[in-house]
Amino acid sequence: MMLWNTTRKVVTWWVVTFVTGDDWTVAAAVGAGLLATWGLLRAGVPAWWLLPPVVLAATVSSLYRAVLRERG
Amino acid sequence: MNTTVLVSTFLAASIEVIEMVAIVVAVGATRQWRAALAGTLGGLVVLAVLIAALGTALQRVPLSPIRVVVGALLLTFGLQWVRKGVRSVSRDGWTTGIGEQQVEEDVGDGFDWTGFLLAFRGVSLEGLEVAVIVVAFGAADNAIAAAAIGAVASVLVVGALGAASYRLVARIPRRALQLFVGALLTTFGTFWANEGLGADWPGGDLALVWLGAFYVAAALALVRVVSYWRRGTPRRLRAEQPLTEGASR
Repeated sequence: MMLWNTTRKVVTWWVVTFVTGDDWTVAAAVGAGLLATWGLLRAGVPAWWLLPPVVLAATVSSLYRAVLRERG
Repeated sequence: MNTTVLVSTFLAASIEVIEMVAIVVAVGATRQWRAALAGTLGGLVVLAVLIAALGTALQRVPLSPIRVVVGALLLTFGLQWVRKGVRSVSRDGWTTGIGEQQVEEDVGDGFDWTGFLLAFRGVSLEGLEVAVIVVAFGAADNAIAAAAIGAVASVLVVGALGAASYRLVARIPRRALQLFVGALLTTFGTFWANEGLGADWPGGDLALVWLGAFYVAAALALVRVVSYWRRGTPRRLRAEQPLTEGASR
């Protein structure tokens, strides 16, 4: 039980610290961007350009929501 | 001694070592040097064990899935710093955090495991790539020793440059540094993840330069945009407040 609790705490810390942070939607957008890049590459499309705009759009959207939250 | 192999390995390894040192210096400057150096040591130990265990079989280690995982994690973590950096710089200005002030609230006096893992991943992935370069260049001409000397020289030279840049990096206000380091981690993350998926960057490793410039420019633009959104808030509230107050009276 103690081992399970410790493992759960470590995994939660790791996921929150390295993956989701304060906004899980950015991590989800990055995941979707990677998946789409992989799909396009498999279809023979040189999709190196896809990830940067996806990352930028997710960041802009996250910052906008953060400002809205600050407004209350 | 095969000089051609030595010089070729030195140059090829230097590209990977620059990435490795950039991550270690960035993590050390923004989080905790103790953790960054421990992560570096940990990465080097794992690498030494892998080299000792696999030898020339290192060439068969599948680097692509490792690049995707490490790249995606660096990307999501780097973006957290970009967002935090943009928010704090747009709120408090560029000069906040000069000196020893910490930018990360969760870095206390204890050991910083986040910084450790960031440095560990950067060093182990890049170190693995250096090891593969050594094996590939060395085995091709039967000159593993010359290739190894070239790689070690590259680590020493670039590492010394990284150590020398510490004081320069320490002068940058911490909040601004967080923003730029976030952009740097995002750059490496995007590059590695895409490379791991099999995408060919135009210009090869040089794409890191324009990709980094793109993310830094985007972060700087976002600082202005978020400041604008913020400035809009009190004005709008000021405009709305008298009406509300008037209505309540």
